[in-house]
Amino acid sequence: MIEITNLVKRYGVNYAVNDISFTVEDGEIVGFLGPNGAGKTTTMNILTGYLSASSGTAKIAGIDILENPLAAKSKIGFLPEQPPLYLDMTVSEYLNFVYQLKHCTLNRKKHIAEICDVVKITDVSARLIKHLSKGYRQRVGIAQALIGNPEVLIFDEPTVGLDPKQIIEIRNLIRALGKNHTIILSTHILPEVQAVCDRIVVINKGKIVANEKTEDIQNATTGPRKLIAKICGPENDILKALKEKQGIIYAEILGERDSDSFSYLIESEESVDIRKPLFHMLAEKNWPLIGLESMGANLEDIFISLVKEKQ
Amino acid sequence: MSAIYKREMRAYFTSPIGYIFVAIFFALSGFVFSFTTISNGTTDSSNYFATMIVFFVILIPLLTMKLLSEERKLKTEQILLTAPVSLIGIIGAKFLAAYTIFAGSFLGSSLVNFSVLGVIASKEKDVIDKLSFPTIFGNVVGILLIGGAFIAIGLFLSAITENQLIAAISAIGVFVLIFVLSILPNKIGNETLRIVVKWLSLFTRFNSFSYGIFDLTSIIYYFSIIVIFLFMTVRVYEKRRWA
Repeated sequence: MIEITNLVKRYGVNYAVNDISFTVEDGEIVGFLGPNGAGKTTTMNILTGYLSASSGTAKIAGIDILENPLAAKSKIGFLPEQPPLYLDMTVSEYLNFVYQLKHCTLNRKKHIAEICDVVKITDVSARLIKHLSKGYRQRVGIAQALIGNPEVLIFDEPTVGLDPKQIIEIRNLIRALGKNHTIILSTHILPEVQAVCDRIVVINKGKIVANEKTEDIQNATTGPRKLIAKICGPENDILKALKEKQGIIYAEILGERDSDSFSYLIESEESVDIRKPLFHMLAEKNWPLIGLESMGANLEDIFISLVKEKQ
Repeated sequence: MSAIYKREMRAYFTSPIGYIFVAIFFALSGFVFSFTTISNGTTDSSNYFATMIVFFVILIPLLTMKLLSEERKLKTEQILLTAPVSLIGIIGAKFLAAYTIFAGSFLGSSLVNFSVLGVIASKEKDVIDKLSFPTIFGNVVGILLIGGAFIAIGLFLSAITENQLIAAISAIGVFVLIFVLSILPNKIGNETLRIVVKWLSLFTRFNSFSYGIFDLTSIIYYFSIIVIFLFMTVRVYEKRRWA
């Protein structure tokens, strides 16, 4: 549905986006993740035809945004970083304006009413946009993107500045929309991608550093996996046993936690899940395992390691 | 394109700017008209039209200053530039909206003025015969053309800044400069320079219209100015996209 090939955006000697390529399949929700200034917004602006790339191509449903901008744009609903709202209009006036602007041919009243219902702004539709709170404005921004029922939705940081309840609502909304649309959303909030997206594209300093299914993103980091185990029993025997265990490349005692247990840092070989063998070994020797946590298993650490690796 | 035109027309009258423009325009034109014709006891209206053009220097920037600058500042231009509408459509719709307000105010106020003159003249039977309709018509066409050129220039200046005050002041500056250029040629010795300066001054071309003469080259001249500045405005946006 979306095809980005060797996209470059250069400002003078600086590269905002440096040779990125990825594709988004039909009906996929892709999270575009990266620290501030990584090039997320630039990529989205190119994809929607707001900016032009220095080189490379962006295609929406096979249509090149540069060669045939109007046809490509009519397939996209775009929510920019700052929702493009005319503050002096009421919500319904604004949505009617967007309806005309997009040359929409669906039944006007029904279509707009449906959208208002989906994003829950029906009760404010007669109010001036300038009197709406940030959360409602964001929803009007999403409503605007939905008009004309475009195949592709592009949301640039859709949950920025919202309160936790609103964030959850917007995420649920995006997930629901994902059933009938192809969606790209950018964010620097990691749980958001985990909660909403099928796939994650991590971008840093204008380059893609990972492009994985959400559940596989952990594999994107290289190097050994680290665990911290809390085990009761004689510490020296345990340490010796750990070091001898196949699959473990490093073990050390981190210190006494409780009166009878110690914490151990364990590093396993690359792509080996040591947790089950570790449990069986300890059970056999009757050394109770009372705590086990993996380090670097959460998205934050993966993200930071991905971003650091390339620096 | 019609969506943008309608929104723009609406925006003029949801903010005070549309009302201010129309009110000042009507007041000024009535004032100027009564001084140049009625109180002078003449039906020659060419002074009225010529004086009004001078006031356009301040009035037209009121219409054009925020057309594009405001959209850029508030980032609402993103919805226009990512919608399936061509740049020419966006710029054209904005131009037409400003032009509609301008032409409406001008034609409306002039109609009022000449009606008043007609009422006064009807008491003195012979005055009405002296109203030269070809001259009036020529002046009206000339003003509609020169106003279009001013609006196109103002629109262009609104595209290159995101501050509407700068857009307005630079437009006034440019219009004053153009006005000065129309006085200057008589004092320039160098023949080539004089022709260039004369060509650049939008006011000089108006003279033939004020005598009721429809000079085709002048009509083409004003249309060219409009097209050139609308095109340059489109170029500003294209260039910004590539920058």
